[in-house]
Amino acid sequence: MIATSTAVEPPLALLAELTHRCPLRCPYCSNPLALERAGTELDTAAWRRVLSEAAALGVLQVHFSGGEPLARRDLASLVAHAAQAGLYGNLITSGIGLDAARMAALAGAGLEHVQLSLQDSDPGQGDRVAGLAGAQAQKYRAAQLVRDAGLPLTVNAVVHRQNLGRLQDMIELALQLGADRLEIAHVQYYGWALKNRAALLPSREQLAQATTLVEAARVRLKGVMVIDYVVPDYYARRPKACMGGWGRRFLNVIPSGTVLPCHAAETLSGMRFPNVGAASLAEIWHNDPAFARFRGTDWMPDPCRGCERREIDWGGCRCQAFALTGDAARTDPACALSPDHELLAAARTETALPAPEFVYRQHSAVVRRASEHVSPAP
Amino acid sequence: MTGSTKVDGGSVLRFAAHARFRFDETRQAWVVLAPERLLLPDEQAVAVLKLIDGVRDADAIIDQLGREYQAPREVIAGDVLTMLQDLVDKKVLRQ
Repeated sequence: MIATSTAVEPPLALLAELTHRCPLRCPYCSNPLALERAGTELDTAAWRRVLSEAAALGVLQVHFSGGEPLARRDLASLVAHAAQAGLYGNLITSGIGLDAARMAALAGAGLEHVQLSLQDSDPGQGDRVAGLAGAQAQKYRAAQLVRDAGLPLTVNAVVHRQNLGRLQDMIELALQLGADRLEIAHVQYYGWALKNRAALLPSREQLAQATTLVEAARVRLKGVMVIDYVVPDYYARRPKACMGGWGRRFLNVIPSGTVLPCHAAETLSGMRFPNVGAASLAEIWHNDPAFARFRGTDWMPDPCRGCERREIDWGGCRCQAFALTGDAARTDPACALSPDHELLAAARTETALPAPEFVYRQHSAVVRRASEHVSPAP
Repeated sequence: MTGSTKVDGGSVLRFAAHARFRFDETRQAWVVLAPERLLLPDEQAVAVLKLIDGVRDADAIIDQLGREYQAPREVIAGDVLTMLQDLVDKKVLRQ
C-alpha cells in the first residue's frame, strides 16, 4: 500500500535547548561536539515565537534545557510565555546558578516541574565528573529551593561504569533531596559519550546488578518515589524506539534555531536541517524533507521492513546506526537482527580494560581536530 | 513521607498539584500532563478522570459510572480501582 500522504500527527513535546553554555563539563553531555557559542543563540523574541508556534502546532510539553538554561537571563520570561500559551513547562538543569530569587521568578512564571541532574552520590566523584569543584553542594541547595517553591522534583542520575557501584547511595540521596521521581539513566552513546565510551560503558555484570537493584527499589519505594530506568542498548536484543520514531512525537530546537527530530541528529553528516528563521515549526514538522526522511516505515531496510516490531521499535536509532556504521538508513546495530550487531560486541570488550581518562566537554579547536563526528557548517 | 498509598473504595482522590487534566483542541482529546508524563486517556479513562474532584470517593465514582453505562458494579469496580491505583503510583493522583 502506498502511504505517502499519511497524515502526520502533531508532536507531543518540544526540547528547547536555549544555550550550549554550561558551567559543567560532563564527559557524556548530550550536546554536540561542535558546541554553539552565545553569539549564535536565538534572542528572546525568536524563542517566544517558537514557543507560540509549538503550542499552535499541538505541542503539549516544553522542556527548557541546554547547556544550562539558567545561563539565559530571559529564562523566566520564556517560561511565562510558554505557560500562557498552554504549554506544560519543565526545567532541565544542573542546578548551578539557581538561587532563591530565580526560583521564585520561575515558579511565579508558571514552571510546573524541575529535573535536576546528579552525577554521583559521592561529592568528590560528582564534582570530578561535572568538572567543577563545589558542583555537588550547589545541587543540594538547588533541590531544597525547588522543594521550598512547592514544585515537583525529578532527580536525573546518569549512571555508567564509574558510579554504578554507588547506585544504592544515589537512590538514597534522591530520597533525601525530596525527589518525587528518580530517573536512573544509563549513558546513551552519542557525541561526547561516544567519545568517552570506553570510560563509561558498564560491563554486563554491572548492568545486571543495577537492574536487580532498581527493581527492588521500585517495589520498596512504591508510592514514595517513582523510579524510571533507562538502560544502555549495548546489551539489548532489540533497539530502543528512539524518540518514539523519527518525526513522530518530538522536536528539538537548538540554540541557533535549527530544528532537529532528536538532539543528536546533527551528527548525521550529509543531512540538512531547517531553521526557525526560515520557516514556521508547523511548516517544518509537516513539510521539511529532513523530518520526512526517516518518518514511518517506508524508508526501512531489511530486516526492519518485514519485522513485526517495525511500528514498535521504528527501526531503532538513526544516529546510532550512523555513528556505528556510517549509514543512517541501516538497521540500528542494537538490534540482534541487524547485520551489524557484532559492532556492539566489539565495544563491550572495552569494559574489561581499565577506564581511560575522560575527555571533558569543551569549546575548542582541539575537539574539532580530534573528532570525526563534527557536523558540517550550516 | 508517607508510604501507604493503597487505593480502595473509600479513597478520595484529587489530581496532584502539578498534574493537569485538560482538553486539547488540536487533538480534540483529553490529555493528562504531569512531570515527565504525558497520558492520552481513552474514553473510559476520561469518564473516570472527569469524576475526580477531591470530594467523591472511589465507591461513589464507581456507582456513578455504573448508572451512566448501565453496567454491573462488579464489572466496573475492578477496572476503576486498578486504574486509580496506577495513577496514584505514578503520582498523577493523590489521596
